Amino acid sequence: MSAFAPGAAVRVRDDWPETRGPCHIRTPHYVRGMEGRVIRRLGVFANPEDLAFARPAAQRALYHVAFDQPSIWREGKVGDEIFVEIFEHWLEPA
Amino acid sequence: MSPLLETDGESLLTALRSLLADKNLVSETEIAEARAATDAASPGQGARMVAKAWTDPAYRALMLADGRKAAEALGIPMLGAPPLGVLENTADIHNLIVCTLCSCYPRAVLGYPPFWYKSPAHRARAVRDPRGLLAEWGTVLGEGVRVRVVDSTADYRWMVLPLRPAGTDGWDEGRLASMVREGDMIGVTSPTVREPY
Amino acid sequence: MDKDVPRAHHDMGGVSRFMCDPVEPEPHTLTDFDRDVDALRQVLARKRMMTVDELRRGIESIPEEDYLRLSYYRRWIRSITDNLLRRGVVTEAELAAALKDAR
Repeated sequence: MSAFAPGAAVRVRDDWPETRGPCHIRTPHYVRGMEGRVIRRLGVFANPEDLAFARPAAQRALYHVAFDQPSIWREGKVGDEIFVEIFEHWLEPA
Repeated sequence: MSPLLETDGESLLTALRSLLADKNLVSETEIAEARAATDAASPGQGARMVAKAWTDPAYRALMLADGRKAAEALGIPMLGAPPLGVLENTADIHNLIVCTLCSCYPRAVLGYPPFWYKSPAHRARAVRDPRGLLAEWGTVLGEGVRVRVVDSTADYRWMVLPLRPAGTDGWDEGRLASMVREGDMIGVTSPTVREPY
Repeated sequence: MDKDVPRAHHDMGGVSRFMCDPVEPEPHTLTDFDRDVDALRQVLARKRMMTVDELRRGIESIPEEDYLRLSYYRRWIRSITDNLLRRGVVTEAELAAALKDAR
């Protein structure tokens, strides 16, 4: 997985592990499949999806990603935004 | 999943404490010490950071660049605490912190999360209707101010550096800190000079 | 309108059912039970007996009705118990016996 630079346009994978069995996902439902903009790389952390099951967990890059708030909900004020911490394996270039 | 999990919480806690103590895994002293340490944390710690940031530009820069270092610089214990991100309110942006998935909160600097922060009301409404939520808190935003909702979903914990209100010129750090409330550092409210003083 | 997606019940952002819940700003005093559960979790984490991720997973696995009904720290103690059983730190038999003794 290559790194995302600040300002990069990204899309959150439209994936639903919840449909495939027990899981622990820290990517909120409301951003899946949505496009956003990388603010910055926050660091590298062990993948919570594996830690949650006491499994060996790989180190993954964590990004702060900005989303246009009204676009997510089809309501809201122009210019408002939501910042979400998202792991690299949930992001693809937009 | 064991049916024992449906036992009432108090009984589970008592049973676990007894078992863990018998097995020499967790002692009552350790529990008491952890409790005392958490009880010692309070929004007053974050308020001191805010007051210093308002009066000391170098500290403000440190707080925004590395919240954990800034907390430690004021003697706030941060050993083992997650990274702390601080976002400043400006004339253009008002920040609002939430954890929609559970209740992640900057505990090391602010203490126990308040009941309202952990409630479905905050977790559901903050991302979808932040302005309605703020209005219900009595928070009025200036014309042209954008809202930034920060959903604490992973390893960072977030707090807000609120705007210093007008009418506080010449106030010392202690006086400034005393006016900063818990909600101001999560973004549901903004500090104001309350009459009379 | 809620998004028509297979959302887990703890994933509450924007969920319609809660959008009319009022703000309740009054502080709730934490009980001894609350503080002790909180402290126990911290000690278990420090000793690497349970991560915060395991705590969250355990809470998320609580069925929706119970999840909404149980208080915050009652969700925690249920998850802590679940995780300690899963890890084999305590066995069901030991727990059952300890619960019986506590009566």
